[in-house]
Amino acid sequence: MNIHEHQAKEIFRRYGIPVPQGIACFSPGDVKAAAQKLIDETGNEVVVVKAQIHAGGRGKAGGVKVVKGADAAQGVADELFGKVLVTPQTGPEGKEVKRLYVEQGLAIKSELYMALTVDRETRKVVVMASTEGGVEIEEVAEEHPEKIHKIWIDPAVGLQGYQIRQLAFGLGMNKAQQKGFRKLLSSLSELFVKEDCSIAEINPMIITEDDSVVALDAKVNFDGNGHFRHKEWTELEDPNETHATEREAAEAGLSYIQLDGNIGCLVNGAGLAMSTMDTIQHFGGSPANFLDVGGGASQESVTKAFKIILQSDKVKGIFVNIFGGIMKCDIIANGVVAATKELGLQVPLVVRLAGTNVEQGKAILAESGLNITPADTMAEGAQKIVELAGAAG
Amino acid sequence: MSILVGNHTKLLVQGITGSAGSFHAGKCLDYGTNIVAGVTPGRGGQTWENPSGKGSAPVFDTVREAKERTGANASVIFVPPPFAGDAILEAIDAELDLAIVITEGIPVMDMMKVRRVLDSQTKTRVVGPNCPGVITPGECKIGIMPGHIHKQGRIGVVSKSGTLTYEAVGQLTALGIGQSTAVGIGGDPINGTDFIDVLEMFQEDDNTDAVILIGEIGGNAEEKAAAWIKENFTKPVAGFIAGVTAPPGKRMGHAGAIISGGSGTAAAKIAALEDAGVRVAPTPSDMGTTLKSLLS
Repeated sequence: MNIHEHQAKEIFRRYGIPVPQGIACFSPGDVKAAAQKLIDETGNEVVVVKAQIHAGGRGKAGGVKVVKGADAAQGVADELFGKVLVTPQTGPEGKEVKRLYVEQGLAIKSELYMALTVDRETRKVVVMASTEGGVEIEEVAEEHPEKIHKIWIDPAVGLQGYQIRQLAFGLGMNKAQQKGFRKLLSSLSELFVKEDCSIAEINPMIITEDDSVVALDAKVNFDGNGHFRHKEWTELEDPNETHATEREAAEAGLSYIQLDGNIGCLVNGAGLAMSTMDTIQHFGGSPANFLDVGGGASQESVTKAFKIILQSDKVKGIFVNIFGGIMKCDIIANGVVAATKELGLQVPLVVRLAGTNVEQGKAILAESGLNITPADTMAEGAQKIVELAGAAG
Repeated sequence: MSILVGNHTKLLVQGITGSAGSFHAGKCLDYGTNIVAGVTPGRGGQTWENPSGKGSAPVFDTVREAKERTGANASVIFVPPPFAGDAILEAIDAELDLAIVITEGIPVMDMMKVRRVLDSQTKTRVVGPNCPGVITPGECKIGIMPGHIHKQGRIGVVSKSGTLTYEAVGQLTALGIGQSTAVGIGGDPINGTDFIDVLEMFQEDDNTDAVILIGEIGGNAEEKAAAWIKENFTKPVAGFIAGVTAPPGKRMGHAGAIISGGSGTAAAKIAALEDAGVRVAPTPSDMGTTLKSLLS
């Protein structure tokens, strides 16, 4: 789960990690007063106006502006609000700016990079730091891997002093800088574990003219599995950042991801759902979505799944692919029949059932009198729906 | 005797009084699995009754007590995510041979701690989490897989995905090819048993002639398995990788199934497996026939 920079910095503050003073603004009318407040408090005319979207590469896309004075901040804000920013991480459609973060300007001596993430290979939290801050870290990894310093945190004993020193010396820090860095990294590693993060990235982490180490940017992703012990995450969610249909599906307990194709998929199990998409493509079609109804789907959830698939007007056919284990095929068949009738389904429908109670399931579909094309295997079903959707389209 | 589970397995069920735990414990018992105990803290002294009416098991408060009183040597865990990490650690502490974790949704931070403890001992093997379980057909079923699609035989199956395992097993059985053991290792980023662990066991197992390996996007477990197969594995392997069409940066159902920073793609995994001599099925419907083509 993603959150905004201003929210991440709020969490950083709670853990004592130095961040610039800043104020989040949700409408253009708030910006001038916010900028003026920062200027009054810091005695510095320079403020930074930063677009808040869930994507990196904002600076290059024109989403971060350094200005002098509250009027200039207002001018930039009027331009940024409602603007669609396109960055390498937003996809070609871009993201509309609906909130801004106005921040105090700082005198920067140097820009560094630091990130914590879960390393699947070592099964530990890895800390990566580099003197190459403010640029795409993937590029640094590609061209100068020796400039990325790494240490791994042992979950049994936590981050150790020597590990912090190792990074600090690797980054060429002087004594004053090391002191601030030690505090920042200890706090960040504590935050990472306690807040169930999957990524905590500071790019750039800056050294100011007076040798303080400050998180100039903040990116935090949470491990969704940790939601049960962080009820506050619900309030951090920005509905503008999640796909409306994907959100609706998640609320119904369905795992759904919208894609560009025209064949809707309704499948049980994540692996089977993914490979159903693959098989459709193998036979020349294009999947409209990933949809896993899960292990214990009911008639209601199948109907809901149909509704969600049909919210995309691109859908020219639907392929239901079920391997009944816990989930019984007769229950799915009843769900399919009920949904087809209730929604007055217009597009071709191919249903492949296998596993528990498959014969009862097939009989229910055959006796329904509805225009449902049965299939015995995933490949056969995929082929049929590709043909039918092609004919329908 | 195939691998991991068999007639020697004496199973205890952690979370047996919960609805999923009770339902699936019943299905395992019906299949013929020797369930000797259940564990639910606070329910010690009660008796679990199979919902199907056939059989029962005593319930204990702790895993240690259940093991001491019944001789249990393996556990299956149906405990909900907030308490699952703790339940796995309890199974390790009781020095069971095997703990199979079905629970989906355990936080990565919890699994990181579990894995740290797991790596500091040699007594207990953990399979999962977020997996369908392990079955040696005709002998012992531990988990949520439908028992009736399996057939006793000599093909090993190892997979990150539950329903794709059923798909592979169903195809093999339809072709008249039985399975030695089918192992679900789960789709989480940190798990207890990896492809290579299972392949090592299949290599040593006299009852396994060939293997189907089913992977998916995310991480590099498939690439590592491919490198290991190339160096060490002498039996034929058929493979399948799910997620050729998965868009980057999106989590495809499983917590670990995500392409990030250009790594973990299906194409890279398929190339690595093919380089190791694994015959990769073009579609999941061809897993059974691909394996069959390897048997002479």
